[in-house]
Amino acid sequence: MSSRDTMLRRIRTAVAKGAPSEPPPPVPREYHRSGEHAAGSDHVVELVIDRLLDYKAEVTVVERAGLAAAVDIALGSASSVVVPPGVAEDVRSGCHTGGRTVVVDTDPATLSATELDAVDAVVVGSTVAIAVTGTIVLSGRPDEGRRAISLVPDLLVVVLPVDRIVETVPDGLALLTPTAPLTMISGPSATSDIELSRVEGVHGPRTLRVVIVR
Amino acid sequence: MTTFLGVPIRRSTEPENPLRGRETFPVAAKRAVGDTQLRRNLGRATATIRAKRAAMVSEVDDWEALRDTASAVKADVMARLPELLEQLEAAVIARGGKVHWANDALEANRIVTALIKATGADEVVKVKSMATQEIGLNEYLEEHGIAAIETDLAELIVQLGHDKPSHILVPAIHRGRAEIREIFLAEMADAPADLTDEPRMLAMAARAHLRRKFLSARVAVSGANFGIAETGTLAVVESEGNGRMCLTLPDTLITVMGIEKLLPTFDDLEVFLQLLPRSSTGERMNPYTSLWTGVTPGDGPQEFHLVLLDNGRTNALADELGRTALHCIRCSACLNVCPVYERAGGHAYGSVYPGPIGAVLTPQLTGMSGHDDVNSTLPYASTLCGACFDACPVKIDIPTMLVELRSRAVDADRGHGLPGGWAAAMKAASWVMSNEKRFAAAETMSKAGRVLAGRKGRISSLPFPLSGWSTSRDLPAPPQRTFREWWRAEHGDGPRPTGTSTAADAAADAAAAGAAATPGAAGAAAGTDGPAEGTDR
Repeated sequence: MSSRDTMLRRIRTAVAKGAPSEPPPPVPREYHRSGEHAAGSDHVVELVIDRLLDYKAEVTVVERAGLAAAVDIALGSASSVVVPPGVAEDVRSGCHTGGRTVVVDTDPATLSATELDAVDAVVVGSTVAIAVTGTIVLSGRPDEGRRAISLVPDLLVVVLPVDRIVETVPDGLALLTPTAPLTMISGPSATSDIELSRVEGVHGPRTLRVVIVR
Repeated sequence: MTTFLGVPIRRSTEPENPLRGRETFPVAAKRAVGDTQLRRNLGRATATIRAKRAAMVSEVDDWEALRDTASAVKADVMARLPELLEQLEAAVIARGGKVHWANDALEANRIVTALIKATGADEVVKVKSMATQEIGLNEYLEEHGIAAIETDLAELIVQLGHDKPSHILVPAIHRGRAEIREIFLAEMADAPADLTDEPRMLAMAARAHLRRKFLSARVAVSGANFGIAETGTLAVVESEGNGRMCLTLPDTLITVMGIEKLLPTFDDLEVFLQLLPRSSTGERMNPYTSLWTGVTPGDGPQEFHLVLLDNGRTNALADELGRTALHCIRCSACLNVCPVYERAGGHAYGSVYPGPIGAVLTPQLTGMSGHDDVNSTLPYASTLCGACFDACPVKIDIPTMLVELRSRAVDADRGHGLPGGWAAAMKAASWVMSNEKRFAAAETMSKAGRVLAGRKGRISSLPFPLSGWSTSRDLPAPPQRTFREWWRAEHGDGPRPTGTSTAADAAADAAAAGAAATPGAAGAAAGTDGPAEGTDR
């Protein structure tokens, strides 16, 4: 008998033996399954900004026409940038400003981890942001790229369209494809491992800049 | 020709068991509370995290509803575990992953080792994982020529310090910043010479130290916080980005997950991702959560293995009350609020699962084999104050389970050693307390204890056979006056308040005596910090 069969048989026996005397009631769902404020409303935008600042991320809000300039400012002194293959044209032009080297991941070649490590910054789009927790979710779409590119460079710039900002965690998860490679980002990398006080900046990007586009 | 000269050579020591220490909780705790540095580190850290958690929980107005849902979801998972596991397995395989089943620690270790050897790698990077700690994977890999590099900062501190983890979430919670600096300077070859004990500097040193390992690693080993049966999706919740590095950069990913980590549907995550970060690190959300399903072509590891681990979980599952310990999502809120944990620290529990949840989970995973089993003492590592139950995001009733496990430990012990000194003492107490006159006489006699207490006002050792009780407990000196004497002095000898029966009177006396005496069993075991943590009922 395989380990799988032995184990499943043991689990079945245990489940039956420890079964509650009364069948459990159906799972209650009394918590808020959706927020009160619409995606992209002033309330949720203010909330997500407040939360991001609390994580020590930097936030700017721009009109679409100002996106290229905002990306350039967010990249600051970075001299090399990696972007995903589906990068928007104005984002890409913002990256090029001032003569930065811009590498497109997977076009023509996929960057190795070491190559990514030599790049100063990365600019990606985003699938959804959750205001209450200040969480940005990437799901590997063409304008977000592979998970590695938003991880290895030390400066992460996220472009966040205002209509993708929702209020609550359930609001956000409802918009995701579960089987996509998902990365939820809440601020720059951090640790609480030394005396349980939070320090920003460990292995992931030490600086997170978010450009919210109206 | 050879001559057999006696017993075969054996290893000089038994291999360490990650779930069973070498001494009883009272013995280990007594030594731990004498370590002032440890108590200072723990006191500071747990006070910080308690305040952060309280603030974050108070922000969520549907917190109790979320707890109710989480508890019910987990109960449902336990009831449907076989079908959910098969569903998860099918979903992972459909997305290009491979699934392995491990009945116990040895089987899991063998599977993981074989998978690593098949890649030709002799080094793996690791994401902090309780499951791999529970099976002693790092030690097993080392014996088989594979170096396992812990990448979580606290795990790194523990590994470099040749130490053991003492907390579920922050394994190095027992270390202060100055000690961490010392460990880095001594054990980290590339530590900067001018390293200070500034936490940011220490974190930067870890970043530089691990960078090359992350970039060159071919195999990673992780645990999982959640596994979604419906979709085959696995989740790792972390802060530093070391998890993302391990889950994303290597070619091969091996995930070891306890069978109880399942959630039925992706929607259930909306509950647990609200509860876990606020309960564990006291954050609205942890910096990084990674979710992946099998293999994604062109993104991340192209070979994925999931190892499903039993290792004693079916012991707990077979028990109606005990199985709720499997609801645990390893947030560690119960450790942070526990007066016993705060003073004794995690090492005293002898298991990788310390604190209140460890005191109920560990003995169930290993079983309690009677008097000589140190894990039989774990259910006593509590004052039963109930703070853990209040803090638990999935509403595990730890105090009730502790009481039940105590009674089982006593039952398991029957027929061993001297015929029940404990049972005899309880019978005697019952005889005394069931009669008003006898109880009054006993109260008066207890004043003799003032002599034993001496000037420090505390009885630390009693003569045999009571010494067995007092080795791990201090008893305050009995009061100068009994409650009855005080009552007479305050109210005179006048008529009793109407309707007061003899039994009620005796009960009031007993309550007064109880309040004045006995700090709780483990509260006292864990030190002499006064009566705040000590009502053992």
